[in-house]
Amino acid sequence: MAKKVSTGSANGSAFDYAPAPESRSIVDIRPSYGLFIDGEFVDGHGKPFKTISPSTEEVLAEIAEADASDVDLAVKAARRAYTRVWSRMSGAERGKYLFRIARIISERAREFAVLESIDNGKPIKETRDVDVPTVAAHFFYYAGWADKLEHAGYGPDPQPLGVAGQVIPWNFPLLMLAWKIAPALACGNTVVLKPAETTPLTALLFAEVCQQADLPPGVVNIVTGAGETGRAIVSHPDVNKVAFTGSTEVGRAIAKSVAGTDKRVTLELGGKAANIVYDDAPVDQAVEGIVNGIFFNQGHVCCAGSRLLVQESIAEEVLAKLKRRMKTLRVGDPLDKNTDIGAINSAEQLAKIRELSDIGEAEGAERWAPKCDLPSAGFWFPPTIFTGVTQAHRIAREEIFGPVLSVLTFRTPKEAVEKANNTPFGLSAGIWTDKGSLILWTASQLRAGVVWSNTFNRFDPASPFGGYKESGYGREGGRHGLEAYLR
Amino acid sequence: MAEVTSSEAALRRFLHGLPGVDQVGAEQRAAGLGTRSIKTTAKAFAIDLAISMVDLTTLEGNDTPGKVKALSAKAMRPDPEDPGCPATAAVCVYPDMAGVAKKALKGSDVHVAAVATAFPSGRAARDIKLADTTDAVEAGADEIDMVIDRGAFLSGRYLEVFEEIVAVREACRGAHLKVIFETGELQTYDNVRRASWLAMLAGAHFIKTSTGKVQPAATLPATLVMLEAVRDFREATGQMVGVKPAGGIRHSKDAIKYLVMVNEIAGEDWLDPDWFRFGASTLLNDLLMQRKKITTGAYSGPDYVTLD
Repeated sequence: MAKKVSTGSANGSAFDYAPAPESRSIVDIRPSYGLFIDGEFVDGHGKPFKTISPSTEEVLAEIAEADASDVDLAVKAARRAYTRVWSRMSGAERGKYLFRIARIISERAREFAVLESIDNGKPIKETRDVDVPTVAAHFFYYAGWADKLEHAGYGPDPQPLGVAGQVIPWNFPLLMLAWKIAPALACGNTVVLKPAETTPLTALLFAEVCQQADLPPGVVNIVTGAGETGRAIVSHPDVNKVAFTGSTEVGRAIAKSVAGTDKRVTLELGGKAANIVYDDAPVDQAVEGIVNGIFFNQGHVCCAGSRLLVQESIAEEVLAKLKRRMKTLRVGDPLDKNTDIGAINSAEQLAKIRELSDIGEAEGAERWAPKCDLPSAGFWFPPTIFTGVTQAHRIAREEIFGPVLSVLTFRTPKEAVEKANNTPFGLSAGIWTDKGSLILWTASQLRAGVVWSNTFNRFDPASPFGGYKESGYGREGGRHGLEAYLR
Repeated sequence: MAEVTSSEAALRRFLHGLPGVDQVGAEQRAAGLGTRSIKTTAKAFAIDLAISMVDLTTLEGNDTPGKVKALSAKAMRPDPEDPGCPATAAVCVYPDMAGVAKKALKGSDVHVAAVATAFPSGRAARDIKLADTTDAVEAGADEIDMVIDRGAFLSGRYLEVFEEIVAVREACRGAHLKVIFETGELQTYDNVRRASWLAMLAGAHFIKTSTGKVQPAATLPATLVMLEAVRDFREATGQMVGVKPAGGIRHSKDAIKYLVMVNEIAGEDWLDPDWFRFGASTLLNDLLMQRKKITTGAYSGPDYVTLD
């Protein structure tokens, strides 16, 4: 035979991918950051806190904490901007600002991608190919609506609400910011937004983009801090609209605190999505969909396909293929362009994932993870599946919010639907089958806001997103997303 | 698995019972693997491996003994200045040139591959196809690249295609058989998967995407489906079958994408010229230029690599 090439290998594989790190030099992280109020960075009056890189635990920057007085200043700035400038501006003019912001984000895409990866721990592959392009797309999309609101189906002359108080999570820091800010601004509202305390950096870079775009001061205000700051925003009497994405527990507290006021609320909360694989599914693509469904963004996805419901007749084949596929997942340095799974966002979240996984094992489910070397510093959890899970297991009911998949089986489509719906959540679901009629029937039975068929975790600004039941209320994205910011 | 080829009906049931391929998902997966970043040592490894997997090909009406001899010399020593550069796997020619290639390659490990069975269309009577094969084998071909009867396949006469592959394999008398599907004509990935199983059941040593004479020739998603097929076939039968994308792979970057796919879909056992080949001509020079870039740190021009 032809001459063989000698193979040098570090980990037993002949083809060992050399490190391919994305350069950090494009980002310039300042030692400390203030609050962005009324178009300027100002000092906060709370106790500053540190944001770290979850993959190394390196301290990245010190961040100001906004106390109630700072939030009050931010809301006042937003009100002023609303009354004097933004609500009076024509939709076409507002659209120009949004288009400008979208263009600047596209131009600075690599900077945002690297910064998001460093601060959040997610792989550069995802921030580069998913987060940041989707953010730009979202601003482009809503920029287009700004001068067409009277055609959106919400009356002949829809009006903005006023000041929106927005609180977003750490799993998609910049993308959730875009989901909140783009429709609010397009509709003529001004905003006070709080990013999560573990991932404030891209929101603060976005504040710079607002300055670069000459956005009128006060239209966007970014206040950093933890739960107290969030509470101050939500309970501020001059906030007209509260938009929250995060845990069901906090969402419930917000719903209580605004009850009896005339504030409008949208909540996008937890999920425990079923990914249903029928026996006539395109198996190889279904396996990809399962992997993408639960291991995308380390499973820190509210709409993650965290419950695999696979028809019993093909369960063995699907699991064998899934395990083989999981062995090729590359866990490690988020900035390496070949990394598939990055770091868990915080020590706190890691502890929660470990606790629920241990409970899964204690309850008798079988745990499996491919062999992978995890870095010694930082927060890491290997991609993991649990088999032999039933509806009675806590890991089949509670949101783990990590790279942990619970595998259940079913016998008939009816049983699949019953099991899929047997959850307090209802954010998303997946269906895998080659049979079109079965897709349509299953989708019509599922109580979930988003149903993907033969794909998973696909997002488009034109498509509405939101939940049933304890997954929240209101819709973000698409024409539907305008409703939350208009009266 | 003999029973699945016992009748037309049984074979059809089997092939149509294979799991479907979702086009969007398969293309997305192929594109995703294409974003792997292969640098430095990994790139050097991949380039040498790719060179050793090339079936250096000339399949033109104006091929002459002189041209084939020159190509054979290049296959044995792709980079005359660097004896460390691996030889290609084979030289691929029409049957009438197999003897010339055999003589030119004498004493080397480079194989002679000959396209047969009324290549590229396959539109001839079976005895002519078999005579074509015998002719190539007698002239010294170590490997036969046959084409399937796409007309029979697309009209659902799977058993006929199967029997023809079996007959050609017999005519090969020990030469390795590569079975070309012309995936650009089969069009759907479901067809590619069915053709893969059909050929493997019939005893193909290699399954090959294309003749290079039809557009599109090799694509990443079609090769992905074939790599899944050989992987699953080994799981089912214990037998390993090779894969050869051919046509349209011109750049090192593309070749590396294929190798990443081999590595992650079929597994590292296939990262070997015995189990994976590139049917190519211009690719070799690009690989050589990239190889030189890695060793010298600078790009050379086309004048610094030899003509085919």
